[in-house]
Amino acid sequence: MNAVATIDWHDQIFDVLQDHDIKQVYHVPDAGHGKLIEACQKSNSIRTVALTTEEEGIPLAAGAWLGGQRSVLLMQSSGVGNTINLMGMTKTLRFPFLTLITMRGDYGEFNSWQYPMGQGTPKVLEAMGVLLYSVDNAAEVKATVDAAARSAFNGGQAVAVLLRQKLIGIKNFGKK
Amino acid sequence: MSKATLQRRPLVKKMLDGADDNLLVIAGLGSANWDITAAGDRPLNMPLWGAMGAPVAMGLGLAMAQPKKRVLVITGDGDMLMSLGALATVAAQQPDNLAIVVLDNEKFGETGNQATHTSPRNNGPTDSGAGTDLAMIARGCGIADSAIVREAGEVDQLVKDARTKKGPVFRLVKVMVEKLEFVMPPQDGAHLKDRFRQALLGHT
Repeated sequence: MNAVATIDWHDQIFDVLQDHDIKQVYHVPDAGHGKLIEACQKSNSIRTVALTTEEEGIPLAAGAWLGGQRSVLLMQSSGVGNTINLMGMTKTLRFPFLTLITMRGDYGEFNSWQYPMGQGTPKVLEAMGVLLYSVDNAAEVKATVDAAARSAFNGGQAVAVLLRQKLIGIKNFGKK
Repeated sequence: MSKATLQRRPLVKKMLDGADDNLLVIAGLGSANWDITAAGDRPLNMPLWGAMGAPVAMGLGLAMAQPKKRVLVITGDGDMLMSLGALATVAAQQPDNLAIVVLDNEKFGETGNQATHTSPRNNGPTDSGAGTDLAMIARGCGIADSAIVREAGEVDQLVKDARTKKGPVFRLVKVMVEKLEFVMPPQDGAHLKDRFRQALLGHT
């Protein structure tokens, strides 16, 4: 086992979310985010909301912010396209927005159906004015998510962190 | 089914009558926006000018953030049809402070009154829908307290349910197709958000 493999970046993301006082976590079922979702579900300070489509995460985040709470949307790149229209709300309302995206169709992906949205993800997010952070090294996950949360909640930006497939792992993807 | 007789404007005015700091209102784009504004623009109104399909999820996020306040989402049938899944997401959370009122005129009012899916089937070549029953859908999604309002005599109860009944509450109100004056709130979304937060939280 090498040094990088011993870093549990899922736990680190959970800590960062707590540090930034995130109260609502929106998600669809996702193997890549699975461990983080479970940690949030078990937390007393975080309300997790399972979505029927990623699109719901944008207005949920807007509503939470109207009510004074911070939130985060956890999704796969395959769901990013579902959010693009309502992503415009981050511009019209100008509210802080943070999403953490596990990438598919990215690095050694075996499933050809994942490539179109995976490869399109950075482009469509950029087109909607979302600030992109990307991380493929476990040692940099914590600092990257922390910086993204600062850009969102201190800087008032819409920010996406792309958790690259190189980070998540190719071989064991889809398993816990 | 007989033609709808309820008029949306007086009904919405009644629903918002005496609204205080305890009532947080989100309205969907188009007619629902103009309706709540006609009843009196206020900082704790969040009238949407776009973002079709957003109000129910937005109301849920707000209701969870402000569990001691009443959150009332008012929108139309076209908007609701675009986000049916949000009703299941609401049902999974069971927010007891959230009420959703859908004003159903069976038309897409902003684009020229084309039939929505809530219009009856076999209603002519340009005005046919599917007879979709949004209250039944809400109940099927897991919002047990879902009902349809059709008669003037039911309006007082509707107002009570929207304002005070333990949520989640879903009411489908069959309303007439009417040509009404556009009564517009400020359009700038950031301004609407900031004034809402200022009124609710004391800061932007």
